[in-house]
Amino acid sequence: MTDVMQELEAQFTETPEPIKKVSIVISKGSLDGVYPGLIMANGARMEGIEASVFFTFFGLDAIRKDRIGKIKVATVGNPGMHMPTLLGAIPGMSAIATRMMQRQMEKLDIPPVPEFIELIADSGAKLYACKATVDMFGLDMDSFVPQVEEIITVGEFYERSAGAEIVFT
Amino acid sequence: MTATEIAGTTVEVDPEGFLVDPSQWTDDVARAIAASTGVPELTDRHWLVVRYMRDTYLSTGSAPSIRSLGKESGVPIKELYQLFPKGPAKLAAKIGGIPKPRGCI
Repeated sequence: MTDVMQELEAQFTETPEPIKKVSIVISKGSLDGVYPGLIMANGARMEGIEASVFFTFFGLDAIRKDRIGKIKVATVGNPGMHMPTLLGAIPGMSAIATRMMQRQMEKLDIPPVPEFIELIADSGAKLYACKATVDMFGLDMDSFVPQVEEIITVGEFYERSAGAEIVFT
Repeated sequence: MTATEIAGTTVEVDPEGFLVDPSQWTDDVARAIAASTGVPELTDRHWLVVRYMRDTYLSTGSAPSIRSLGKESGVPIKELYQLFPKGPAKLAAKIGGIPKPRGCI
């Protein structure tokens, strides 16, 4: 009995295993939807943690050639902005809010999305596009920046995430 | 904070092994820390990064981000990760005898 107790105690006091691998899903296409996932992916690589990023739905905007440079803050339907809906809907409001946020991020040395994607890919993280969304939007590999490794199914995503912590953003 | 002996020098380190006082650092200390963190040999390219990290910290009071490390150290991001697979900024800071970088980028 004491043996069992000792064993249990040892289990609980053991230092938990450090994280070795993460798979991050980016599913939103707004600035505030894209950045957290990118920062987490880059942060993982900075700690020597293996990382892959799976872009799905509007998250694909962050790797689409035609949209990667046009990611904006949502000023409507975004309670975090604390902006009345009608005010947020004024033309140009989203662009102003985006510029303000970008300036703030530049101060903190957070790169713009295109440079960030390059940084993350160069750091050895793998970038994938979600096949279901790619098919739904009528896209193909040509639609994406060259850092995108492959278009994969959700099944393949899970396969490649073996042993990883999956983070959905 | 504990005093420990690295390469024949007594130095103060934090629980993760980062030097508390950058002035206690020597080239031999750097080599010894490198060997214990999975970088068996410091090449000229490693030294370039380590010295850039250290010099930036000593002159500005904070370690550079991985972004500026890649842009300004003279070693591009891809190579940084080849030189220091377990995290370039963190390892170069440790080997360079400066505190662990606190930035998220």
